[in-house]
Amino acid sequence: MVSLKSGSTSEPTDASAQMNTAAMICKGVWKVFGPNAERFLAEHDSKASYEELIAAGLIGAVRDVNLEIRQGEIFVIMGLSGSGKSTLVRCMSRLIEPTAGEVFFEGQDLLKMPEKDLIEIRRHKMGMVFQHFALLPHLTVLGNVAFPLEVQGIDRATREQTACELIELVGLKGREDYYPRELSGGQQQRVGIARSLAVKPEIWLLDEPFSALDPLIRREMQDELMRLQNMLHKTIVFITHDFYESIRLADRIAIMNNGGIIQIGTPEDLVTNPATDHVADFTRDIPRPKVLSARSVMAPVDDRLTFTSSVPAETKIEVLAADIVDQKGPIGVTDGEGKIIGQITPEAVFDVLLHRGTKE
Amino acid sequence: MRATFSRAIAYAFGRRPELVFWLVVLAATVALFAADELLPWAVEYPSEWVIPLRFWVSDFMKWLINEADLGLFTFKQFTRSISWVFNWFLAASFGVLSEGVKIPLGGEALFHLPSLSWIALIAMLAIMAYSIRDWALSLLVGICFLYLAIFGQWGSAMVTLSSIVVAVPLGILFGLLLGILAYRHPWFERAITPLLDLMQTVPVFAYLVPVLFMFGFGPVAAMTATMIYSLPPMTRCTTMALQLVPTEIVEFGNMAGCSHRQLMWKVMVPSARPTLMVGVNQVIMLSLNMVIIASMIGAGGLGFDVLHALRRLAIGVGLEAGVAITVLAIALDRLSQAYAGKAPVRVKKKVSFVRRHPHLVAALAIIVATTVTGFLVPAVADYPESLTVTTSGFWEKLVTWINIHFFDTLDAIKSGLLLNVLIPFKRFLLSLPWLAVMGLLALAGVRLGGWRLSLGVAAMTAFVAVTGNWEKAMISTYLIGVSVVLASGIGMPIGIWAAGNDRVHRAVQVIIDTLQTLPAFVYLIPVVMLFRVGDFSAMIAVVAYSLVPIIRYTDHGIRQVPPSIIEAATAAGCTHRQILLKVQMPLALPEIMLGVNQTIMLGLSMLVITALVGTRDLGQEVYIALTKADTGRGIVAGVCVAMIAMVADRLISAWSTVRKKQLGLS
Ligand SMILES: Nc1ncnc2c1ncn2[C@@H]1O[C@H](COP(=O)(O)OP(=O)(O)OP(=O)(O)O)[C@@H](O)[C@H]1O
Ligand SMILES: [Mg+2]
Repeated sequence: MVSLKSGSTSEPTDASAQMNTAAMICKGVWKVFGPNAERFLAEHDSKASYEELIAAGLIGAVRDVNLEIRQGEIFVIMGLSGSGKSTLVRCMSRLIEPTAGEVFFEGQDLLKMPEKDLIEIRRHKMGMVFQHFALLPHLTVLGNVAFPLEVQGIDRATREQTACELIELVGLKGREDYYPRELSGGQQQRVGIARSLAVKPEIWLLDEPFSALDPLIRREMQDELMRLQNMLHKTIVFITHDFYESIRLADRIAIMNNGGIIQIGTPEDLVTNPATDHVADFTRDIPRPKVLSARSVMAPVDDRLTFTSSVPAETKIEVLAADIVDQKGPIGVTDGEGKIIGQITPEAVFDVLLHRGTKE
Repeated sequence: MRATFSRAIAYAFGRRPELVFWLVVLAATVALFAADELLPWAVEYPSEWVIPLRFWVSDFMKWLINEADLGLFTFKQFTRSISWVFNWFLAASFGVLSEGVKIPLGGEALFHLPSLSWIALIAMLAIMAYSIRDWALSLLVGICFLYLAIFGQWGSAMVTLSSIVVAVPLGILFGLLLGILAYRHPWFERAITPLLDLMQTVPVFAYLVPVLFMFGFGPVAAMTATMIYSLPPMTRCTTMALQLVPTEIVEFGNMAGCSHRQLMWKVMVPSARPTLMVGVNQVIMLSLNMVIIASMIGAGGLGFDVLHALRRLAIGVGLEAGVAITVLAIALDRLSQAYAGKAPVRVKKKVSFVRRHPHLVAALAIIVATTVTGFLVPAVADYPESLTVTTSGFWEKLVTWINIHFFDTLDAIKSGLLLNVLIPFKRFLLSLPWLAVMGLLALAGVRLGGWRLSLGVAAMTAFVAVTGNWEKAMISTYLIGVSVVLASGIGMPIGIWAAGNDRVHRAVQVIIDTLQTLPAFVYLIPVVMLFRVGDFSAMIAVVAYSLVPIIRYTDHGIRQVPPSIIEAATAAGCTHRQILLKVQMPLALPEIMLGVNQTIMLGLSMLVITALVGTRDLGQEVYIALTKADTGRGIVAGVCVAMIAMVADRLISAWSTVRKKQLGLS
């Protein structure tokens, strides 16, 4: 990991303390569309509700977002259409100039950076995948994947070799000289993915990369992404409005509504402790066995019992369900050191499976 | 008492506030007529009040050419150097296509490298067409150019082509650059948009004059005028094309770390290609439209042939050259459209150059082969004159025959229309007080689009009066008015017919597409032959030239009426006639009016050309200015034509928008 300790005197101390784990930090980021947005925000001391902004004829696409993305995690941003996800992720790469706030990437405030440095960061440390692929129609697959390197002035042989490796990595070997229009949607997005990896980015931004694909292809692409991530271990910011997709991929999820972030947590946190009704609505139809782990279902241990088998506390109910049904009795739940910290009864598992009364 | 009165008014007009409005207007107009004695200045614009704008413009031009110093160099040096560069390009293309190139071998010896042989050029274009699309296109292009050879137009056509070959790329290049500037800097776009509007509505003749002034009579001036003429659509297309590039693509470019230049040239311009190609096609078509007009300031070739024939009233010769221009236009139009629609094709790597570019190699081989054989067999180099065919005799005979047998009928139609419609209408328009006209237009502006529109319309109308062109402008208005009514009377039924019948629709499409590639002058030749010079001929020519949009828009307007509405009307038991009159026409009217608008624009551009057949309007004013090289007079009269066009355009567009909104169509 590269850490740059330069500059940014305004950076609070806690930000530098988190630096070795945080890949990106957003502090009080606002993006308000509309005339004189900056003045309005300054006058209101950066506190304005969505409704107040609407009343002033402005759109609060991103409102006071504070978050921290850890090194190597998959951070999913979720929300309904129009909730500001795309705008937020574009603020993170400064494709959109935020109205207020700070965005730290590797300890540097992106928003204070001169354009030259910003271009350098984008050329070497950031990759982005777009919802509608954004492939260049006049270039072949090879040309598209090699494009970010071409822009840097890397010679043809080198960049084409790198591009060929990436094309092979995403499973498109043999289609190097196809044009985008000759590929299916899924294949086009594979090109988009390969292209975004060409510069070996440290942070990888994906804005609804699979939303334009059919459900079957989408699943396949999610698997593909997990496969790549297991090899590459990037820091990923993934945007989606599909909760199923987010629970398949996410380490942590941020839920957005009307430009603000309502809750950040693991999928399990969101299901067990929804911060608002909105989050609860979002998670209502989630297949709980996929999300809940043994820890959140277990009951206190009865000391006198011994268990014929036990599972680690992180195991998802989905995984242990078959076991427990075979067991016909409670099984133990162990912590990291193998110590029994609770038990799970078949009834508790059935409740989860049947979506019965697990909620508060 | 008062209350009852106002209630009565409210009752009478309550549901029709429009009526009150127009009654007031009528009263005001009548009052102004009555004011002839009291306020003569409101009826006829006093000549002492005329602002001598045209002299100011002329003086400015003189100053610019003779004295202006731009710091490092004078304006004259500037135009000279541009002229030198353009001349070099022109000489090169002229050498390749027409005259051949003389290569000095040292001392007195010269080697004369001949121009492209006719066989080589036809083969090259046919191969190009094949590689872009298919055999059919190849055949079409081949036949078009073969036509030029067989009908003895080859020489002139090559002169024309050599000017087009330079003007088109330059027009594209400058248009692209201006468009990019406008895209990058909104202030620049705001600055040039009105200028582009003006350039597209000012009749071309008007800016022939300053170009003539700067570059002198000759091919360079002609080519420059052609290029300027084709600039506005390319500029607009570029700006629009860049704005239409999907945001994601631009964002991708930024994320890839492109510099501004890389973003523009490597990402945006290539992604914008389809829309840009529309602009390119426009440039080609407009350049060909200019061919004849440009010949007035020194372009030779086909344009000159037509103009010359027109002056001698040699219909056969003129028609043949005119058709040759059309044929050239069709071939280039189809070629460029095919190229625009072509997507890049996959090529296999690691094969030899010949295998990768078979068409290019074949074309080169043919060029070399024909050039070499050309030295031995002259017929290969130049199409043998003995094999040319001419139809001009036939056309002359046809016209003579018509004139002998139908003179009385034609003359009766002409005099009948002139005496009963044209002249009374002209008198009526000329008698209108200028202030009343201005007021009426301004009021219409308020009703249709609010104060800004109203002020704009009033200012544009005032410009015509203040520069002393009122009477001529009224004559132009009358000619256009009559022509537009006539064109609508002919075009709308055809459009309705085409809308109701798919086969007719397709046939009409082909015909009007072809008509649109005809240069305006072509319409003039037969009209003059049959009706001699005068207002009537001008009107017929304008009608013929401006018919296309009204047909197209009527057809389109009716076709776009939602089928569900028609079904509802059918279910309600409407007859065909009722559906047409009560459902389709009202709903299509906003669209049809846009067609009328276009018809007016085309009509005005034709009007100036009809000055050649002797009208006494603004067109003639511009034309006289051209022959006298009087810059100010030409520009001011030209801007007046543009003002008429813009007043009509703004009002009709505003009406159409309002109406579409009312009908819930937009
Ligand atoms: N350039 C802009 N100008 C004005 N408003 C904008 C602009 N871009 C986005 N918005 C508004 O900001 C809000 C957030 O938009 P954003 O595209 O970030 O939503 P999103 O969560 O990505 O939605 P989706 O799921 O549809 O992509 C929306 O209300 C949108 O209308
Ligand atoms: Mg989005």
